[in-house]
Amino acid sequence: MEKEPAVVCQGIHKAFGSGETRLQVLRGVDLVARYGEMTFLLGPSGSGKTTLLSIVAGLLKHDSGRVEVLGRDLGRLHNGEASLFRLHNVGFVFQQFNLIPALTAAENAAVPLLAAGWKRKSAILQARQMLSELGIGHRADVLPNKLSGGEQQRVAFARALIHSPKLVICDEPTSALDGPTGRHVMELLRKAALSPGRAVLVVTHDFRILEFADAIAEIRDGLIEKVERGKGVH
Amino acid sequence: MSVKLIGESGLRYVAWQMLTGDRPKYVGLILAIAFSTFLMSHQMSIFVGLLDRTRSQIRDIQDARIWVMDPKTQYLDEVRALSFQDLYYVRGVEGVLWAAPLLKGVARAKAPDGKFRNSILLGVDDASLTGLPQKFLAGDWRGIRAPKSVAIDRVGFEYFFPGQPYQTGLELEMGAQVVRVAAVVDASPPFVNLPVVYARYSEALDMVGREPRQMSFVLCKPRPGVGEEELARRITQATGLKAVTAEQFGWETIWYYIRNTGIPINFGITICIALLVGALVSGQTFSLFILENMRYFGALKAIGVTSVRIVGMIVMQGVVVLAIGYSVGIALTALFFELTKDNLDLRGFRLLPEVMLLTGGLIAAVVLAATIVSVRRVVVVDPAVVFRG
Repeated sequence: MEKEPAVVCQGIHKAFGSGETRLQVLRGVDLVARYGEMTFLLGPSGSGKTTLLSIVAGLLKHDSGRVEVLGRDLGRLHNGEASLFRLHNVGFVFQQFNLIPALTAAENAAVPLLAAGWKRKSAILQARQMLSELGIGHRADVLPNKLSGGEQQRVAFARALIHSPKLVICDEPTSALDGPTGRHVMELLRKAALSPGRAVLVVTHDFRILEFADAIAEIRDGLIEKVERGKGVH
Repeated sequence: MSVKLIGESGLRYVAWQMLTGDRPKYVGLILAIAFSTFLMSHQMSIFVGLLDRTRSQIRDIQDARIWVMDPKTQYLDEVRALSFQDLYYVRGVEGVLWAAPLLKGVARAKAPDGKFRNSILLGVDDASLTGLPQKFLAGDWRGIRAPKSVAIDRVGFEYFFPGQPYQTGLELEMGAQVVRVAAVVDASPPFVNLPVVYARYSEALDMVGREPRQMSFVLCKPRPGVGEEELARRITQATGLKAVTAEQFGWETIWYYIRNTGIPINFGITICIALLVGALVSGQTFSLFILENMRYFGALKAIGVTSVRIVGMIVMQGVVVLAIGYSVGIALTALFFELTKDNLDLRGFRLLPEVMLLTGGLIAAVVLAATIVSVRRVVVVDPAVVFRG
């Protein structure tokens, strides 16, 4: 039985610039990401995957088409509403982690809760629990520059999951990692992030990790060329 | 300490940590603001103190509420002498409680060892000694009544008798006469740091050399119930002389020096340089700090922190460095004046509340400008930039 869609994109167009410098990045993209599945968006540099990711995340407005995320039409949200929507419903894993250097691992992981108004002590406690579940509870009080790449990635995961979002967006989660570490990280991501009530959207051009995908959408020159089922390795 | 000051607010804590975690920039910002604050407040204080010195002798003669002088006299240090007859004319004006003569001149004083120096000579009324400072460090006013006796201020005593404790009985040559130091007074420092010597009017005439007209001012006080400005107006009307209150004459003297010397320009330049340095360094450092944290602010925006809240974080960071930098700078200025308060050349200079406020306002404007420039960058940052690596 097909799972419920968490993200539905229909006919998405997006261009940058105007006149002679106008660049059409997305040319009518259709994409579906479902709850309980890890959907990979695969494509080379310049294919439009980052632009599509930004639109799905509510960070960019599309020019035409429809984007429905977790039942909300993003085209109807103004900036403040979109920020609030992201804060409570979306978790991010950035390509370069973007952990704040002056905050410890626990404090970094707690940022979404702090931003949502949690008291610092409660947020840190929650973060420590999350880090323990991800196997680095003993490194909670360490600054990011003292963590290995894999440990930083786990802190990034913790930050993405701590507020129990229904959608997790990962941008190139393994680009900064070697092969074995990358595989290990994807196993961790599937185990920690995937649940019946959550969808995970992964943007990548790393073919080594495709086996972890439940669905793979290939994007090229601003169009989804192919959508196929993945192995969904657990 | 940091958590208690910031409270439990999460984003305020994040802002605090981002600021203090970058130790070199944090310290650099504080030092830039502290330096600018110190330089501005220090120079402003010296400027105000110097100008205040121009009216120090007016301030010291507390009994005299009205000063009467030649109509063309503009300030304290250059006077056209009056006829002694004018003293009686002033005494005859309705509402005058008393009027006393004052001679202000320059006489060369010479110590027993031959050391000499031009000194400000104030000849005070023989009978009432009006014009003599009230605070004595040695001797008292009675000693001045003796023939050939003078009072001298601290600068003068320490110049002519270095290393000796304040005492009476020592001798000086004033003009062609040998006089005895009958008292050492704690007078306010004059604008030009010359010794100030006080003698009875009749004795001072001989020290500066007798001329037909030598009285510099007539000092007077109104009867109870008569306003100072009203009495000044009556004196002017009755005698044709210029009569002003002590307060007015003090300000006239200050404004004369402002208009006719390079003091305001020179100090103004220094203060402007301090402001510019503070603005450039703190602005540059703060902008750099924001630039280097742009991707983290972008990440926070992506996570869902609104631009308004991020602006609040940056404003908080600006306020923190402003408060700490300003406090350090003002503390340094206060410390400077505290450490130098017993230095004769620097006596009277102090940090005024008005200078603190004005400096605080200027520094706050600098930090505000730096914050606005930085905030603008963060507000317009495209949060999708965090996805581009």
